[in-house]
Amino acid sequence: MNSLMEVCCDKCTHTPTTPCDKYIACRTEGPLCHDDASCKEKVQTRLKQVVIAPESGLKQVLICAGSGCISSGSRKVDAALEAELAKQGLADKVKITVTGCHGFCEQGPIFIVEPEGTFYCRVQPEDVPELVEKALGKGELVDRLLYKEPITGEKVRHYQDIPFYKKQQRNVLRNCGHIDPENMEEYIARDGYKGFVKALTMSPLEVIEDVKKSGLRGRGGAGFSTGQKWEFASKSPGDEKYVVCNADEGDPGAFMDRSVLEGDPHAVIEGMLVAGYAIGANNGVIYVRAEYPLAIKRLKVAIDQASACGVLGDNVLNSGFDFHLKIKAGAGAFVCGEETALMASVEGKRGMPRVRPPFPAVKGLWDKPTNINNVETYANVPAILRRGSEWYAGLGTERSKGTKVFALTGKVNNTGLAEVPMGVTLREIIFDIGGGIQNGKEFKAVQIGGPSGGCLPKEMLDLPVDYDSLIKVGAMVGSGGLVTMDETTCMVDIARFFLNFTQKESCGKCTPCREGTKRMLEILTRITKGQGKAGDIETLERLAKNIQATSLCGLGQTAPNPILTTLKYFRHEYEAHINEKRCPAGACSALLTYRIDSEKCVGCGACAKACPVNCISGELKKPYRIDASQCIKCGTCMDKCKFGAVIKG
Amino acid sequence: MSCQCAVEDGLQPDPKEIKLGEILAKYKQQKGALIPVLQETQEVYGYLPAEVLRRISFELKIPLSKVYGVVTFYAQFHLNPRGRNIVRVCLGTACHVRGGAKILETIQKELGIEDGQTSEDLRYTLESIACIGACGLAPVIMVNEDTHGRLTPDKLGKILAQYE
Amino acid sequence: MEFITLNIDGKEVQAPKGATVLEACRYNDIIIPTLCHDPELSSPGGCRLCVVEIEGMRNLPPSCVTTAGQGMVVRTNTATVREARKTVLELMVANHPLDCMVCQKMGDCSLAAYAYEYEVANQPFEGEKAQHPIDDSNHFIVRDMNKCILCGKCVRACEEIQGRSVIDFAYRGFNTEVSPALLPLGESDCVFCGSCVAVCPVGALTEKNMIGKGRPWEIRKVKTTCNFCGVGCNYDLNVKDGKVIGVTGNETSVVNGRHLCIKGRFGTDFIHSDRRITTPLIKRDGVFVEATWDEALNLVAEKLTAIKEKYGPDSIAGLSSARCTNEENYLMQKFMRAVIGTNNVDHCART
Repeated sequence: MNSLMEVCCDKCTHTPTTPCDKYIACRTEGPLCHDDASCKEKVQTRLKQVVIAPESGLKQVLICAGSGCISSGSRKVDAALEAELAKQGLADKVKITVTGCHGFCEQGPIFIVEPEGTFYCRVQPEDVPELVEKALGKGELVDRLLYKEPITGEKVRHYQDIPFYKKQQRNVLRNCGHIDPENMEEYIARDGYKGFVKALTMSPLEVIEDVKKSGLRGRGGAGFSTGQKWEFASKSPGDEKYVVCNADEGDPGAFMDRSVLEGDPHAVIEGMLVAGYAIGANNGVIYVRAEYPLAIKRLKVAIDQASACGVLGDNVLNSGFDFHLKIKAGAGAFVCGEETALMASVEGKRGMPRVRPPFPAVKGLWDKPTNINNVETYANVPAILRRGSEWYAGLGTERSKGTKVFALTGKVNNTGLAEVPMGVTLREIIFDIGGGIQNGKEFKAVQIGGPSGGCLPKEMLDLPVDYDSLIKVGAMVGSGGLVTMDETTCMVDIARFFLNFTQKESCGKCTPCREGTKRMLEILTRITKGQGKAGDIETLERLAKNIQATSLCGLGQTAPNPILTTLKYFRHEYEAHINEKRCPAGACSALLTYRIDSEKCVGCGACAKACPVNCISGELKKPYRIDASQCIKCGTCMDKCKFGAVIKG
Repeated sequence: MSCQCAVEDGLQPDPKEIKLGEILAKYKQQKGALIPVLQETQEVYGYLPAEVLRRISFELKIPLSKVYGVVTFYAQFHLNPRGRNIVRVCLGTACHVRGGAKILETIQKELGIEDGQTSEDLRYTLESIACIGACGLAPVIMVNEDTHGRLTPDKLGKILAQYE
Repeated sequence: MEFITLNIDGKEVQAPKGATVLEACRYNDIIIPTLCHDPELSSPGGCRLCVVEIEGMRNLPPSCVTTAGQGMVVRTNTATVREARKTVLELMVANHPLDCMVCQKMGDCSLAAYAYEYEVANQPFEGEKAQHPIDDSNHFIVRDMNKCILCGKCVRACEEIQGRSVIDFAYRGFNTEVSPALLPLGESDCVFCGSCVAVCPVGALTEKNMIGKGRPWEIRKVKTTCNFCGVGCNYDLNVKDGKVIGVTGNETSVVNGRHLCIKGRFGTDFIHSDRRITTPLIKRDGVFVEATWDEALNLVAEKLTAIKEKYGPDSIAGLSSARCTNEENYLMQKFMRAVIGTNNVDHCART
């Protein structure tokens, strides 16, 4: 038996053309369709090969092949490992599993040795011979490749003990980094599709009731109750309905959906199957942004495998329920993450949102009732069915249930994905999991929820992260991006950065977003260049308020959030830029002046030589000076000076 | 009906056109085919030539203005051929002062194309940009992902020649 | 018709069931400004000028695409609503050339009218403006996309009324423009029906023949029937100083509403042409010379009689024109059958 997905013998009734309703259980506990001790033996043996048991004496290496680790060279490590294992004669003792993302991209390429769970990081091909010999051959540790805790400097051996992982509760990400996403049997061996099989034993209405009871809310932005959404689509009249998965993740600094698609694509397929069964849809579409080619590839593989064994297609698992799934690749437009724009794009049109109502549940794709959720939402569903809605509702807060994946980026030590129960504080995520701010600098603010979210100051660090608490302070969970900023980040500049993004991605359909984001960006750009004027803040506030109130879709309605929150919490920085022509964070180059401290200057002339505009003059061995009127503030002189004599301020 | 003139003339049909025909045949009966057709067509041609858009419009029975609207909406689609190598010349303040304009001028002469154009052999696309934040190395150009700094016009020939 | 009751601006009013909030307001003579809305076209809800406050709804919903509901409480004229509308107008004006003095649309421009009503300052925001070349590549329509406010009515008129889809939105965001594909309008598949011009609320689309010929307040509109064919479209002749300078649609026209074809809308230049034939011409000694109607009609009668006598009535055939009315066509066939005595009669528009 080469795969759990195959039949054990010709007595097994399951083939794609003759599906069997016990297929999934058959693969892991079976065979159930016939009684044969040798077949049972075969299944159990195979199962142990898929999930390496400690007593087997075998070892397994998990090599991350998420987009992050691939760009840091994991493909080469994989190749080197294969060659080295052969060379050292260990090929049949070690199973290599090329996995999806572990979420700790900064430490990539990641190399985990199972069953003991030793975590090696930043592994390069030249490290492989030593790893094979010691870690895999002799069972010794390769100390130099272990993870070093950035604050204490301590080496951590086990994956589970690394602070970054320790405080997490991985539910959506449970398989990411632990299974081969291109092999369906690994998903099955870890309880895959059991949630869907359970759903098939219930009525569609019971499934919807269960999802409602779990308290799951949409993970894509607005946080609408998933169960209710399904209920609307289920109640909408029509024999043709659709299930759509929004995988057009485009927020700068959010990559959880990519990780799930690349690391555990079957979880998304399973979630969609449950949704399709619940609302009575026989067709599903996954809309993936074109910038995620690896996710598209792995989804294709997963769909093919699921179709080959009757989990997708006509009469799924002999249940009488048909479900067909297609992938649509996006073509480069952030606004297509908005559900009505996404549907327009699937229909082959310009991705412009339309007015709601009618909501997609009533009139969606091809004008048929449609349920749209994002990747993370669907990936939550299998466990809700499998482990029960009470279990899920026990996680999180009163009104925000379950776990949420956050993407930690910016000036934080541990860049990566953190999945935590709803309601933990920002401080826990940024400091306990994220390891605090880089280079010992001070935390200043965090932008939560991407370009649509808000920028929160350190006074808000103890805020519980859930849908309602964040809305109250002008931010939002959004997709779950957390961009951390330190004292050197200028808040006006960060607002400008996000506005620049939304402005470029505006579809142009409604006036406030098309014209208004442009004007706000122009004003912010002027302010950061030192050309701010009295009244600019008031104009920004007025524009922001009216753009929020009158824009057609979420993109325009939330585009002013970064401005409004930075104005709310960091108004003094705007005032300093406008009134004093000063950037308190020292980030806006147009507002900086460079001068030379005559006490410290030894007159070496290195700065003058380096100056691209020749505005530094002086005599050798005497203090030099900078002609501020000619200076372009490039900072080259400061980098060149070995004596710390160039001062920026 | 696709164009048959090449066949009638006894000429070899263009392999790209054959490929386009296959793409259109594959998608013709499907709803929402326009974007995947454009994506696959761009893979064949490297960009979306006007006559190709006309054929797609005709065969999918979608007005040309709508095809054009979709092509110009999405960042992925290009109406003009792109070079294999994208040359970006920095014209930020520091580069300007240190002769960025001269660099651009030299590259234009060297490649025989203006700012924003692509060479006929599709080897290069030339673009000027505001600032790439490498002022200490001014004047700077970027070719694809590589940054080349402290340039003088005489160094350019050798740098550009590295990129096939 | 079923009615619902709702509260608009503090008053209990009735509106037909299924009407939008905008329609409910207009039904009760409450004025709501609109730019992208047109009763004859679909509603995209894009310009956001018609926003109102509705109790229980988030933000300011656009009235043109919000269905009025029983018991709904709507406010159309609060400070919040007025400020939002003013901001929308300011944003449009900020990206609009302010050459109103020489704009053909002056006096008939919706943007200018609303800007006046909402007291939009001359230069609300500094910044980049659209820079599009003016397209006057054809004989009929001048397209100045710098003046376009992207309401999209022209796009919908072309698609939904004319069924051509020659123009559509291109590019996106601040760079969005309405454009024919790849080529200027003159080289596109446009049939120059001018429906786009008829619905344009600003000076972005103008009839080329009318540019510089007169201002709206100088023009007298004379409703008449188009004489190009038998359809019977009505339109307004635009007359200044006793001269027809062009044609505009008249929405009270029963047959055609505002819509016309290229001939009706643009084919009036013959009226004052110095090459127009105004008297009958008779060929004498190989040259056409002017004649009176009596001379001409007598000549025709003589010749027809002579032919009929010599070769019989069936040697004569009559072909009538689509430019004649039904009555004229009836007379023509009657004449052929009763006077000439033949059934050889046909019509150019027979299918």
